[in-house]
Amino acid sequence: MAGHTKYVPGSAFTRWLDTRLPILRLANENLVTYPTPRNLNFWYTFGGILTFMLGIQMLTGIVLAMHYVPNGDLAFASVEQRIMREVNYGWLIRYIHSSGASMFFLAVYVHMFRGLYYGSYKAPREVLWILGVFIYLLMVMTAFFGYVLPWGQMSFWGATVITSLFSALDQVIPHLGTSITTWLWGDFAVGDATLNRFFSLHYLMPFVIAGVVGLHIWALHVPGNNNPLGIDAKGPQDFVPFHPYYTVKDAFYLVLFLIVYMAFVFYAPNFFGNPDNYIQANPLVTPPDIVPEWYLLPFYAMLRSVPQKLLGVIVMGGALVTLLFIPWLDSSKVRSCRFRPLMKQLFWIFAADCILLGYCGSQSADAAWNIVGIDLPLVWVARLATLYYFGFFWVLMPWVGRIEVTAPLPESIAQSVLARSVKTEDAE
Amino acid sequence: MANAIKPDATRRDFLFVATGAAAAVGGVAAVWPFIDQMNPSSAVLAMASIEVDLSAIQAGQQVIFKWRGHPLFVRRRTPKEIAEARAVSLNDLVDRVARNANIAENAPASDENRVIKPEWLVLVGVCTHLGCTPTVSTPQSPQGSYGGWLCHCHGSDYDTAGRIRKGPAPQNLAVPPYAFTGPTKIKIG
Repeated sequence: MAGHTKYVPGSAFTRWLDTRLPILRLANENLVTYPTPRNLNFWYTFGGILTFMLGIQMLTGIVLAMHYVPNGDLAFASVEQRIMREVNYGWLIRYIHSSGASMFFLAVYVHMFRGLYYGSYKAPREVLWILGVFIYLLMVMTAFFGYVLPWGQMSFWGATVITSLFSALDQVIPHLGTSITTWLWGDFAVGDATLNRFFSLHYLMPFVIAGVVGLHIWALHVPGNNNPLGIDAKGPQDFVPFHPYYTVKDAFYLVLFLIVYMAFVFYAPNFFGNPDNYIQANPLVTPPDIVPEWYLLPFYAMLRSVPQKLLGVIVMGGALVTLLFIPWLDSSKVRSCRFRPLMKQLFWIFAADCILLGYCGSQSADAAWNIVGIDLPLVWVARLATLYYFGFFWVLMPWVGRIEVTAPLPESIAQSVLARSVKTEDAE
Repeated sequence: MANAIKPDATRRDFLFVATGAAAAVGGVAAVWPFIDQMNPSSAVLAMASIEVDLSAIQAGQQVIFKWRGHPLFVRRRTPKEIAEARAVSLNDLVDRVARNANIAENAPASDENRVIKPEWLVLVGVCTHLGCTPTVSTPQSPQGSYGGWLCHCHGSDYDTAGRIRKGPAPQNLAVPPYAFTGPTKIKIG
């Protein structure tokens, strides 16, 4: 939180530096003495994990760029032959990077759902939440550019489908969309020019993300962390210093996270991948099913569930833009779902709804469920799930806050934590 | 003169506004090269037309060429396929515009307006939904319900004139600019 200052330079040099560039003071106030609510749980460790993942992706990405060739004729071989077979440990660095993308998204989804559950987007943390949504959108773009680089069939056709979304604008102003896609491609189709610019942007974006992460942490450290109770910390008894309490806690869960991550890297490196991407890009043959990576499947399902092109694009974009408005859609004064019995249930239905959308997106366009002899086309399942997605944010969130009877909030964080430890002692 | 119009405007004010305006115009002009460099380069534009020989294509067969990085469909239609396409009423079409680069932009999407010679259907093989390549329907392996093409990505169904009949695609498959340079030779682009 702003305003606390305990930093006293210990040596003549640090005293000298502190009056010229107070960088050690900044580090001390934000990473060591920073007062953190004493009741943060496991779900709060993903912020640290995400920072770590950004570092890993940048490190492995810079190394991969040393061996990769962004050229339509050479890109596929530079990945599958040079990096995977010839460069020392190239296979390892590539798999850390490619599985890393999935783990990065896994972590960001946990982080986002945690924020949603504990109401971390509510005043005074709206800007913090919006910056987080921007980071997520930047991540989606970065992942999309990166997925194109190996120049396999799924890279090529994924790039074609996603950039063609802009051609829907032809329905608003004739030729506008087509001009935009030609401009994006630098050609009349996805090709060499497209691959080059995607590589350039894929290298740029992580640094942009790092910048917004800096703002995100800044916006976090002004009001301070929210916590599972969703009540404001009131005094020193509610806080512990960030170091060693949360540095160690974050490090412990980071190790557990790394175990899962490395299990994928070493034992199932292609688990999240698509076999079609091991076929070199061919502009004349579309794979039978074009699917995005798992982390974008829910949005893909929404796109496909709308039979009109422009409307489909608007729905998909709207699902992302909706996230920006959450701080003002939720009308409840109580932050944490722990004290919101109705919202808690709707939240878990929403989480299941997102997974269901992801499943629909992974299936072919004409798939159907056979329920007691009746064929239920998955496109209808996706339509209902899309309806719930939007209904949850635009109807239920504003409405439930007004009618819900919330449970009584504890007096303070300290009181709640201590009461619980007394209870555990009694039980023993 | 300036003092006559606005007594308190000085030479300094004039220079201030003029400099600001020049900087704004210059700034916008400097951005343009950075935007335009993204458009197709002259090398890409130079490769924009091809010539193909159709003599080896059998009736009922489709051959795919590559044109401007896209698949180009050339289908030699059977009399039955032509008759099917011509029997369709304009009112049954999703997109009633011919989308033929060789004729007027708002021409109706009758089968006659989709071809130069009825036997030869020349199309850009890019689904107008999100750019996948539709699969051709043949008697051996029928695709979709209209005998033309089916796009497997999102289920757009085209008829034997390449017109969209069902699914999310908003437009008929585009007919590229082309001309016959011989009885069985065409130049595209």
